[in-house]
Amino acid sequence: MLPDNKDYRFRIANREALIGVGLAIFNFLWWFGFAYGMGSESPQEYEYVFGLPAWFFYSCVLGFVVMVVLVWIVVKLWFVEVPFDEEGGNDE
Amino acid sequence: MNWTVMLPLIIFLILIFITGYWASKSMRASEESFLSEYFLGGRQLGGLILAMTMIATYGSASSFIGGPGVAYTEGLGWVLLAMSQVVTGYFVLMVLGKKFSIVARRYNAVTLIDFLKERYQSKWVVLIAAFSIIIFLFSAMAAQWVGGARMIQSLTGLSYTSALFIFAISVLIYVIIGGFRAVALTDTVQGIVMLFGTLILLIGTIIAGGGIGNIIADLQAENPNLITPYGADGDLTATYVSSFWILVGVGVVGLPHITVRAMSYKNSRAMHRALLIGTVVVGFIMLNMHLIGVFARPILPGIDVGDKVMPLIALEVLPAWLAGVVLAAPMAAIMSTVDSLLLIVSSAVVKDIYLNYIDPEATISKVRILSFTTTAVLGIFVFLSALNPPDLLIWLNLFAFGGLEAAFIWPVVMGLYWTKGNKYGAFSSMLVGILSYIIFHNYYPNAFGMHTVVLPIVLSLAAFVAGSLSANDKKAA
Repeated sequence: MLPDNKDYRFRIANREALIGVGLAIFNFLWWFGFAYGMGSESPQEYEYVFGLPAWFFYSCVLGFVVMVVLVWIVVKLWFVEVPFDEEGGNDE
Repeated sequence: MNWTVMLPLIIFLILIFITGYWASKSMRASEESFLSEYFLGGRQLGGLILAMTMIATYGSASSFIGGPGVAYTEGLGWVLLAMSQVVTGYFVLMVLGKKFSIVARRYNAVTLIDFLKERYQSKWVVLIAAFSIIIFLFSAMAAQWVGGARMIQSLTGLSYTSALFIFAISVLIYVIIGGFRAVALTDTVQGIVMLFGTLILLIGTIIAGGGIGNIIADLQAENPNLITPYGADGDLTATYVSSFWILVGVGVVGLPHITVRAMSYKNSRAMHRALLIGTVVVGFIMLNMHLIGVFARPILPGIDVGDKVMPLIALEVLPAWLAGVVLAAPMAAIMSTVDSLLLIVSSAVVKDIYLNYIDPEATISKVRILSFTTTAVLGIFVFLSALNPPDLLIWLNLFAFGGLEAAFIWPVVMGLYWTKGNKYGAFSSMLVGILSYIIFHNYYPNAFGMHTVVLPIVLSLAAFVAGSLSANDKKAA
């Protein structure tokens, strides 16, 4: 059955899974906010960044870059290296 | 036959063979754990290979050839939809993450079903899981073969049957000799081809169209909706597009050929690297190739078959030899999806059904022969069904991925993080997920303006919780 919750590695794993959910929610809000916040006006009113409509640039291009940077920061700061094998055994 | 286009494609195929052969040599070295090696690469994947194999497996023919075609028709709204896939680059590995790796090692699990079997200790959970993998992925795979063969057909002018034959032989040879590690390594080569192929083609397209500003102005002149988030006819609603976050974004956690990769990596460091590489590469490829589709429109107006957009634009804007190199990219996408699916289906047959319930005592050499023959026989079956695809197959493929997500997402995720989850919850969740998906798909598609997959996923969560809790109550009473 499910292993005991006292294993310190599972606390780390649980926290990292929550971080993943948090990132996905942020990712969605950014993507949705710029796309439908700026994209819903009439195309005649659009502003342009690097030739692309501003809603598209901020939502899809900049949003992608922001997510890459966030993933990098999160992994660097909060992700902990743990052994995957049972205590004592390691094949690294 | 256009040899300037064909030659780079052939060189690409040869390169793939060499990779597969090289990987097969490393397999011979590890006699001990043949199953773990053949189906999982001995849990030794590093960060780059892990990221690439996940992306290449996921970026199938539908997204690679179909995607740009739909973007051509719908405009920037479809690129927006496609960008919901950036989340897969980090979400799957973060959510399944270290817990899945640790638990999978503890259970000595080689397939997703191994994990479910140990976690829930139920024959019925295993059987329904194996059954849905075999049915759904078999049909998904056959449809991919049809796509691969059509691609070769359009490039070479060979007949459909000969094209399918060439495709089948090349896929089978290296899956059979190399197993998971060969598949993962060739995925890496293919992922890199996809990455640079789409970049070169995007740049070529932008130059041919006279710059981004020019192309956008042409699109706006043709139909202003093409540069809005709402699609060419204005019918892509925010709700509908957002619901794709479930189907092609976070729901991917439930796809067996993706989850198996989340237990294949060497250590935490490999996973951390894969998170970053995966996010960069998946976002880059998705953005590039869908933009290619949109930008192709002013350059080559009036293409009515979406699948032809990629080959035609490549031949239009690039020199012939370079077009050949770039067109290796969709070829790569199809092959890498197909080989992973083939391996998963044969692991479901050999490992999950045969070894669990027919002959648990089988010797290593017997398992080895069985694995090779099952993979080969499956390949031949797929070949035969792709030769003259029955309607049922196309119909099944249409919802194969959604159905698998509805079936597996909660038994996997809740199995990891909710200690009260049990076999009653898992079984009812899978049953409700599959059945409600089939019912909604046929009688009430796109309920409430969302993609069909959303409601079955909600319902299967409810079934998981209700099933698990009611069984716990019984025990307590």
